[in-house]
Amino acid sequence: MDLFVAQLLNGLVYGMLLFLMAAGLSLIFGLMNVVNLAHGSFFMLGAFIGYSIFRSTGSFWVAFVLAPIPVIALGVVMEVVFLRRLYRRGHMDQVLLTFGFTFVFLDLVQSVWGRSVLRLPVPAALQETVQIGWGVFSAYRLSLIAFGFAVAGLLWLLLERSRIGAMVRAGVDDAAMAAGLGANIPALFGGVFGLGVALAALGGVAAAPILGVYPGMDADILIPAFIVTVSAVWVACAARSRAAC
Amino acid sequence: MGSLRGAFAGSLLIGICDTFGKAYFQTVALFLIYLTMIVVLLIRPQGLFGIKYSNVAAAPAITTRVGAVTSSTRVAELAALLALVLLPFAVGDYPRALVSEIFIYGIFAMSLDLIFGFTGLMSLGHAAFFGLGAYAVAVLGAQFGLNAWLGVIAGVGLAASGAALIGVFCVRTSGIPFLMLTLALSQLVYTVALKWRDVTGGSDGIAVAERPSFFGLDLSRSLPMYFMALIFFVLTYWGLRRLLNAPLGQAFIGLRENEQRMAAIGYRTRAYKLLSFTIAGALAGLAGGLYAIFNGFISSDAVYWTASGDVLIMTMLGGAGTLIGPAFGAAIFLLMKNVVSSHSEHWMAIIGGVFVCCVMFFPAGLWGTARGILQRAPK
Repeated sequence: MDLFVAQLLNGLVYGMLLFLMAAGLSLIFGLMNVVNLAHGSFFMLGAFIGYSIFRSTGSFWVAFVLAPIPVIALGVVMEVVFLRRLYRRGHMDQVLLTFGFTFVFLDLVQSVWGRSVLRLPVPAALQETVQIGWGVFSAYRLSLIAFGFAVAGLLWLLLERSRIGAMVRAGVDDAAMAAGLGANIPALFGGVFGLGVALAALGGVAAAPILGVYPGMDADILIPAFIVTVSAVWVACAARSRAAC
Repeated sequence: MGSLRGAFAGSLLIGICDTFGKAYFQTVALFLIYLTMIVVLLIRPQGLFGIKYSNVAAAPAITTRVGAVTSSTRVAELAALLALVLLPFAVGDYPRALVSEIFIYGIFAMSLDLIFGFTGLMSLGHAAFFGLGAYAVAVLGAQFGLNAWLGVIAGVGLAASGAALIGVFCVRTSGIPFLMLTLALSQLVYTVALKWRDVTGGSDGIAVAERPSFFGLDLSRSLPMYFMALIFFVLTYWGLRRLLNAPLGQAFIGLRENEQRMAAIGYRTRAYKLLSFTIAGALAGLAGGLYAIFNGFISSDAVYWTASGDVLIMTMLGGAGTLIGPAFGAAIFLLMKNVVSSHSEHWMAIIGGVFVCCVMFFPAGLWGTARGILQRAPK
């Protein structure tokens, strides 16, 4: 029974990491029709940059907050300088472009941090274990689950209850019409891409104490995240009536 | 915008399934995950992500076709062939082996070009068929002592039937769903290669038991190996060019240009897409079988989705939709991998950067761009 509950917890933790990836992937896909094959690279970059910040400051929390910033910058540059020029040409070229970037980012990581597996320790405050009912759980894993729920809630608020979210939803439905009604579509694309990248990078730092930090973690997380993204709407549709989809 | 809720529920579902699967049913866990994806894609191929794909362009941005065979191209081809026949006598063992590998990957890249460049379906799972061909040679040789050439024939047959089977599902879609379906189905093949360790050796790989002879010549020497690869390369090129200039090939190109119009004319578009996919798979299987003979070893890495990405890069670099272009792309890719990597550690960044520039500025690829300049010059 203990093992079962522990597995359930691990599954939830892994699910939350996948959610951080899949939320960005499906937002980017929904708005821009781009399957971002470089999304795993942002996850990996987040983990590695987080590792370096941790090594120089000694604080996990500083790493957690600061690591996504350079990754977001990289992602937004990629969108503005490269992807944006290809919107007229077709989405398949954009997919190819993001695949080219996976090579660049993997090489970047290998030349800066080497090829070995690095480990980011669990922050001191969360090293304890927590007794809930019959089981003993890692505080870090529990807080990761809470963090996942919090991110999901905030994203929901942003998308469903804010003006920007309304514009994003309008853009998903019909980008040309939304632009006609005054939404700044290029800025929206850049912003959503940046948001997706930020979630991936945060996921990378959060995953580092559990999954480790290594070149190749990009491909390892990308495929399951794809599966989630592909299944996502189906799950949502199964929950509601099929006619609503 | 149900995709956020869906992503959340889906993530938890997949996360829990994956963790339990790994803990309790190790061998089948990965299958279950990929099967989920495939089933979803098949149930809702068009409504995926809640997005309609009708306006998603699938074909490469360029529209090229194989030119008619004129006397000048024939002279150029004979000159190139002569140069390739003479080349191995001028160089040592290492360049011979490198060029042999380029020929084999050239066959692989040209086979992807048939489905991607000419039929307009971007596959991210082409390495699966390469792997089927290569494993057929290695596994049949190791288990039953089958001669490697019979293994190659079996591999081509296996790859063709695998492609036909996978194709039945995939050709229902096009564009991005096609990309994702081929990705998921090829990952299933990868999972088999990885998990069925007794037979495939998993990630440790399996060695080809015995290198066969080629018309009595010993393939462990570099010169016969070179000519063996060259002969298969030239045959594949010649066969594909015949195919593409024939009515069947024209139908494939028509599918790329406008599938709806082809359907309106009366073509059974799915059958043609399936045929193109099967031929491409069979040729990839041929390349895989030859690679197993050439390399003497095959591991599950050769079937991983990044291997499918590599061949996509080769095809794009050389020029999708130009038949010989992808072979040049294979040459650039392998030269960078082998030559640049011995001088600089950054061959991946370099090839990634070159590829990004190619997609941005030369969507016709190296050969497509060069041919465009050559054709414009005399006027």
